[in-house]
Amino acid sequence: MDPFSSLETLRSGLDSGEFSSVELAKHYLARINKYNPQLNCFITIPEAEALQQATKADALIAKGNSGVLCGLPMALKDIFLTRGILTTCGSRMLENFIAPYNSTVAEKLAGSGMVCLGKTNMDEFAMGSSNENSHYGAVRNPWNTEYVPGGSSGGSAAAVSAALVPVAAGTDTGGSIRQPAAFCGISGIKPTYGRVSRYGMVAFASSLDQGGAFGRCVQDVALLLSGMGGHDPRDSTSADHDMQDIHALATGDDKGFTLGNKKITIGLPKEYLENLDGAQLQAVYETARNIFETQGVQFREVSLPHTSVAVPTYYVIAGAEASTNLSRYDGVRYGYRCKDPQNLEDLYVRSRTEGFGDEVKRRILTGTYTLSVGYYDAYYVKAQKVRRLIANDFSEVFKDVDLLMTPTTPSHAFKLGQLTKDPVEMYQQDIFTTPASLAGLPCLSVPCGTINGLPLGLQLIAPHFEEALLLKTGYLFQQHSDWHTQYPEPGAL
Amino acid sequence: MIIELEELKNLGRLAKIELDSRAQNRAATDLNNIMQMIAQMQSVDTSNTNPMENPLDAIQRLRLDEVSESDHRDEFQALSEHTRDGLYTVPRVIE
Repeated sequence: MDPFSSLETLRSGLDSGEFSSVELAKHYLARINKYNPQLNCFITIPEAEALQQATKADALIAKGNSGVLCGLPMALKDIFLTRGILTTCGSRMLENFIAPYNSTVAEKLAGSGMVCLGKTNMDEFAMGSSNENSHYGAVRNPWNTEYVPGGSSGGSAAAVSAALVPVAAGTDTGGSIRQPAAFCGISGIKPTYGRVSRYGMVAFASSLDQGGAFGRCVQDVALLLSGMGGHDPRDSTSADHDMQDIHALATGDDKGFTLGNKKITIGLPKEYLENLDGAQLQAVYETARNIFETQGVQFREVSLPHTSVAVPTYYVIAGAEASTNLSRYDGVRYGYRCKDPQNLEDLYVRSRTEGFGDEVKRRILTGTYTLSVGYYDAYYVKAQKVRRLIANDFSEVFKDVDLLMTPTTPSHAFKLGQLTKDPVEMYQQDIFTTPASLAGLPCLSVPCGTINGLPLGLQLIAPHFEEALLLKTGYLFQQHSDWHTQYPEPGAL
Repeated sequence: MIIELEELKNLGRLAKIELDSRAQNRAATDLNNIMQMIAQMQSVDTSNTNPMENPLDAIQRLRLDEVSESDHRDEFQALSEHTRDGLYTVPRVIE
C-alpha cells in the first residue's frame, strides 16, 4: 500500500477488497507513530476511536451502502470540536477541554464514513505563520526538519506532506491553509467565506475564519471539501449557497475537472510581482505561467492598488475580533483555571495570563487598544473601510479576468526560530494571502516548484463561490506539471 | 512611542492580562512596532467609503423566536471541577 496514494486510488482499494478500512487506518497510524515524534504534527491520536470508525465503515462498504468518502482516513486541525476527544486549539487554555458536542465539519466528515486518525498541531488559537506558537511544541517541515511547515494549520499540512494521512482539514483566517500548503509542497483550498460552517470551530476572527482542505492533489482537496462544506443553519454566517458544482467535481470522474471549451483569462496583479524576492522565485512563477499559456490560458496584467495596506488592515480586524472572541476564556466555566485564586479578579487575570501564550496576548492587547475609547474610529472603523476598498479592487479586476494568479508566499519556508523575535516581520509573511481573506474570496494553493529543496506554492484566487473553476484550473496545472507528485525524501524524515 | 507604558498597563487591566516588568518591556516594543506597521493604513483615503463588516455584505438572518435548544447544563458543567448545586463556584465576592 503506497501511503502517498490519492483518495481515488485508496477508494478503489477499499471497493475492490484489496484492503479494508481498518487495515488502511492501521497503515497510516503506524506511520503516524513512526514519524510524529520527529515532526510533531499531532496533538491527539485517538487510535481506539479511529479503529471503531473504520470497523463501522467496513460494515457499510460490505453492505454496498457507502459513499465516496466512506472508510478513507483524514485528520482534523485541533480547532474543530470533537465530542469526547480533546480539542486544545494549540493552547494551554484548552489543555483539558473535551468538547461536549461535535463541530459541523467533524460531524459531516464522520457522517460520510471518514475515519479521523488525529487532531493536528497548530499555532495557538490559529494565530501564527510558522506553527511555532503552539503550546504543544513546534511542527517541523517534512522536507527539511530545520524549517517551519508554515502556520497556523502547520500540523495538518505537514501530516499530509509526509503521508501520515492522505487529507486533512484546516482553517484559514489570513493564509493559514495556503501558506502551510505552499511550504509543505501540497495543495490547499480556502473556500469562500461562509462555505464551510464555523459551528464548533474555535473562533479567532469571526469575519475572516474559514475551514478548508489539504490534499496532495487537487482532486483530493475537492473530495474533502465536498464532504465539509454546505449551508449550516447553526452558523449564522454560513452562506446559503449550494455545493452542487463541487459535489459534481468530487464524485464524478476526472472529465468533470476539465474546463472544456471554456477559455479562461488569468490576471497577474502587478503589486504582487513587485514584492517577489529573488530571480529564482520569479523563474518559478514564469514557468507556472508558461504551463498555463501552452494550454491556451490567456494572461493580463491587472492592478490591485490597495495590496500594500492589506497586512496592516488584516492585523487590526483580526486582533480586534480575537480580543473580543477570546474574552470568553475567564477560568470559570471551562478551560484553564489558575491555582488558588485570591479573589475573582485574580482568578480572571492569572487564568488568562498563565493560560495564553505570548503571541495570543500580543493580539489581544493590540485588539484591546484598537477597540478602546478614542481609538475605535481611528483604527477599527478605518480598517473596515480600507477592507471595503481592498474588496472593491478585486471586484473591479474580476470584471476583466476569470481568476488571479500570484505566488502564495514571498519566499520558501524559513528556518525554525528565524522570525520569532520580530512579530512584524512574521506578519509580513502574510502579504500575498491577507488581501483575498479580507475580501472573503476562495483561493487555492498548488505546488509549483522548489528552491534549495524546499517547495513553493502558486495561489489562484477566484470570485466568490467559484471554487469549481478554481479547482478545475488547479487540475489543469497539475495535469501538466509534476510537483504535486513529489514528496519529501524518506531519508529526510 | 504610540503606546506609552502607562497605557500598556491599562490595556493589561482591560484585557485581564498581567505583564511583569520584563514582559512589559517586550510587549511595549512589540506593540509599538505593530502599531507603526498598522499606521500605514492611515494613508488611505477612505472618505465616502462604507465600512465592511462581512465580506459577503451579508446581514444577520432572523429566525422565529422559538426555543430550539434543550438543557445541557449537566453536560456543560462536567467540563469544570468547580461546580456546586448546578452553579459554577468562584472565590467569594460578597463577605
